[in-house]
Amino acid sequence: MTSEAHRTAETVWRLESGRIIAGVAGVVRDVGLAEELAQDALVAALEQWPESGVPGNPGAWLMTVARRRAVDRIRRDHRYAERLADIGHRMETAETVEADPERIEDDMLRLIFTACHPVLPEPSRVALTLRMLGGLTTTEIARAFLVPEPTVAQRIVRAKKALGDAGVPFEVPSGADRADRLSSVLAVLYLIFNEGYAATSGDDWLRGDLCREALRLGRLLAGLMPREAEAHGLVALMEIQASRARARTGPSGEPVPLPAQDRALWDPLLVRRGFAALLRAREVGGPPGPYVLQAGIAACHARAATAEDTDWTQIAALYDILAGVAPSPVVELNRAVAVGMARGPAAGLKVLDAVAADASVRDRHLFPSVRGDLLERLGRDAEARAEFRRAAELTANEAERRALLRRAGA
Amino acid sequence: MRYLMMTTDDSSSAGGPPDEAMMAEMGRFIEEMTRAGVLLATGGLEPGGKRITSSGGKVTITDGPFSEAKEQVVGFALVEVRDEAEAIELSRRFWAIVGDGQGTIQRVFGPEEDFPG
Repeated sequence: MTSEAHRTAETVWRLESGRIIAGVAGVVRDVGLAEELAQDALVAALEQWPESGVPGNPGAWLMTVARRRAVDRIRRDHRYAERLADIGHRMETAETVEADPERIEDDMLRLIFTACHPVLPEPSRVALTLRMLGGLTTTEIARAFLVPEPTVAQRIVRAKKALGDAGVPFEVPSGADRADRLSSVLAVLYLIFNEGYAATSGDDWLRGDLCREALRLGRLLAGLMPREAEAHGLVALMEIQASRARARTGPSGEPVPLPAQDRALWDPLLVRRGFAALLRAREVGGPPGPYVLQAGIAACHARAATAEDTDWTQIAALYDILAGVAPSPVVELNRAVAVGMARGPAAGLKVLDAVAADASVRDRHLFPSVRGDLLERLGRDAEARAEFRRAAELTANEAERRALLRRAGA
Repeated sequence: MRYLMMTTDDSSSAGGPPDEAMMAEMGRFIEEMTRAGVLLATGGLEPGGKRITSSGGKVTITDGPFSEAKEQVVGFALVEVRDEAEAIELSRRFWAIVGDGQGTIQRVFGPEEDFPG
């Protein structure tokens, strides 16, 4: 009975800790303290539930206990007097917590923005987000990111302190920096997703979980900010990319490029969810941002029944816009592929060679591999073979190297 | 991992008018789970439906009603969770709202099962 109550407490914690920490932070306006108080409530549950039985609504129980502790803490706070008016208001909200789920949702949004604050280094934003909103333990985060546990623990402690030292307010910015702050939130979620998506080694099932966690948090964010097209765009992008998870590696773990993937293995449920999210983004309107554009490109691929059916004209047009909105050498590399398919290899080569000076793409195997492909289609076989040889030297993947060497005629 | 939760028909609750307060609470629960990214799909099922049997290459369609109504699935929810304990916990919350009844929870093996790694 004891262990069953413990298991329930831990499961409810995983499901509800984000809401609980947010709800407490709404009272104390300090995410570090909020997390401590929420943890105290979990400890109380672990102590009491084996004796008293699991309450009917365990999540609400944890929330109420945690918020009560928050109010007690504020009452003891030496700044009580000077903050009396403000506190009186907050205590009122604490008493009526269960009656106002909307307020908790606002607090969750504040929590996401605080955890992803630019004052923190990126790895800390990631750790804090997974810990506070995903309910992941330090151990789980460490295993997923292949870093030692003390490193993650230290990142979290330092991050909480940094937020306090910088006096970061517990709020969703409304002014001029709102767009930047939202990009930071979206970037953190996409980073978590890609960390899982790029998993090729290590504790893979946990890294796969990172994809799911990022998706879950993305869906949560889009639900909390339904008027932000980019939030829906990120969700659409992640849903569609995740739909290809099973198709993108071959039987011996080698990466399978998109055109060669077995489309029957794409998860239709996630594809449909991706389309739905993209539609929501378009309903919001406004000029499309980088995530909406990338999701639009992913949707073009998802719509094509076979690789030959791919609407490259549309994809190239979307890359043209993306290159204007969020220019980067990697975007240019992908644009070169799309333009090469839509407008012919000579046009693609022109786009590609314009970024040839950039070492960040030039020295990755994709650059010579794409260039070789375009040259081959132009009938410049000797040059193409040289590019494939160079790509083979640069790739870290054995199966890919063999394929490239075959094309190099070596 | 994904789990399919199904509620099966229970004659004790069948036929009773749906309680408005319960429906409202269920609506909130469904919305919360959808927004939390946990609930992927949910719906109620037409009572009876048609039965399809394939035997020796011949497909036969039979109209209801069927005698074993108690076994009928009347509603489903497809959820994405981190482990079975989470699925069970969500189910507990569902039944805390609905009251008496019964159902099943089954792991779904599908495309997402081969998520990276």
